[in-house]
Amino acid sequence: MKSRHVRALIEADRIHPGQVARHYRERIAAFNSRLNAFITVLDQEPRARPADAGRCLLAGLPIAHKDIFVTRDVRTTCGSRMLGGFVPPYDAGVVERLADQGCVLLGKTNMDEFAMGSSNETSYFGPVRNPWDLERVPGGSSGGSAAAVAAGLIPVATGTDTGGSIRQPAALCGVTGLKPTYGRVSRYGMIAFASSLDQAGILARSAEDAAWVLRAMAGHDPRDSTSVNRPVPDYVAALAQGIRGCRIGVLENCFDTGLNPEVGERIRDALRVMERLGAKLCDIRLPHLALSVPAYYVLAPAECSSNLARYDGVRFGHRAQDAQDLPDLYRRSRSEGFGAEVKRRILIGTYVLSHGYYDAYYLQAQRVRRLIREDFLHALETVDLLAGPTTPTPAFRLGEKTEDPLTMYLNDIYTIGVNLAGLPALSVPAGLVGGLPVGLHLIAGDFNEALMLAAAHAFQGATEWHDLVPPGFEESAS
Amino acid sequence: MTFARVELERLATLASLDIGREDLERLGGELSRILDFVRQLETAATHETEPLTHPLELNQPLRFDAVAETVDRERYQRDAPRTESGYYLVPRVIE
Repeated sequence: MKSRHVRALIEADRIHPGQVARHYRERIAAFNSRLNAFITVLDQEPRARPADAGRCLLAGLPIAHKDIFVTRDVRTTCGSRMLGGFVPPYDAGVVERLADQGCVLLGKTNMDEFAMGSSNETSYFGPVRNPWDLERVPGGSSGGSAAAVAAGLIPVATGTDTGGSIRQPAALCGVTGLKPTYGRVSRYGMIAFASSLDQAGILARSAEDAAWVLRAMAGHDPRDSTSVNRPVPDYVAALAQGIRGCRIGVLENCFDTGLNPEVGERIRDALRVMERLGAKLCDIRLPHLALSVPAYYVLAPAECSSNLARYDGVRFGHRAQDAQDLPDLYRRSRSEGFGAEVKRRILIGTYVLSHGYYDAYYLQAQRVRRLIREDFLHALETVDLLAGPTTPTPAFRLGEKTEDPLTMYLNDIYTIGVNLAGLPALSVPAGLVGGLPVGLHLIAGDFNEALMLAAAHAFQGATEWHDLVPPGFEESAS
Repeated sequence: MTFARVELERLATLASLDIGREDLERLGGELSRILDFVRQLETAATHETEPLTHPLELNQPLRFDAVAETVDRERYQRDAPRTESGYYLVPRVIE
């Protein structure tokens, strides 16, 4: 297989149907045991491909879905023991749309339990390993999708991003990760964690590949009441616009304390490339950005404690044996079915929503959320895009941050504000530090994915970071 | 702040979770540190700021009150741990 990029793969499948999927099935079979990137691998397509493959945008393109998207008759676990045996009766909106456009589902990827984590270590199905260093985390919560794309086990995969769960693993694994604007992509059938923050997106090898998939994935879905009804631009055609004259605000807050200096240097180098390509840079500071992690760790647990109340051991999911009575059934099913991080967040959420604390925590966090969104909107009146590092450090070691939840939470310090504001953002590979990938974070205004993808595409036309393959996972190695 | 054991047990009851004795102390410490951390939200001047509940602040659309799909009870109950004659089974609630 000469090229791993979406356009070439669609062309290759047109000439030799089935060959592309076969190639990736072989790679999954050869490499997944090293990475643990997949929870479920499908030997054959669960349903027939559309009759008129010629009219599909992505005919024959192999894809993997994060195991948070429900798939009809295919087990969907959300990385949890709670849903270890759950076989959904319907497809998520994203799954349906991509299947209609000809995508071939090869498997469901590993993830932090209920998408709560930044290292993929909270998965009931074991941690995913980073293909750049098997002793390090891939990031999370879409760690399986990021590792699978980075290692060439799948050309593109879906992910979800509540506080950085697409962009952070994309940065740590050296792939392109896109979180669209809240409401751009359907959340129907995407297992809920924090409904006002969750958004489906893409992990791919390049901005061009992400544009191909977003074009097929975006759009209104009446089954998701927060899905926005506005036209989907041709993201692929828009890639050609380049970034000449584009005004980029550099988020100086992100270069303060806590940033690994070498990561900072790679990002400054990347910004110089942007400047050479015709972008105009200026410095920006967002006054309330530092409060985004505390605001998030009130709002996300609050929404999670409410969303996860549905798991009661009665209608679906894990059920404890020999319960004494109904409350005992609820308590024991939930205690056995959920892992430590999920329980921690349910308890925090329950606390901040409880009588006497609601105003001090929950309402105050919502007020701060407005300040943060207003900071972003104010900045985006003077610039077209915002830029900075995606993460403060490259991938850390397995187990390094599991003992202290707060240290783990701070790993998403640069990405969380975007979710609170609902804006689109992406991470693109911007170099290596000690042999580990580093991500450049780009943020755009509401529904301006096209400009952001064009900027990333121009950057990838001038750099080769996105084409690097982790040692041992070269195409010839299968 | 420190989390009193009784407070943690109250939360666990509200959330329908069992917390083992061996986990109470550790969990209490973790929750205390997290809540101390989020308390910095108090530093923001927000007395004139309305809470933002949703990023896009759109109106919720209404749909027509029409039959859109019928529920296939048999298929939906295939994922239920215990059913009988189309009902979900739970432990006895009325003696």
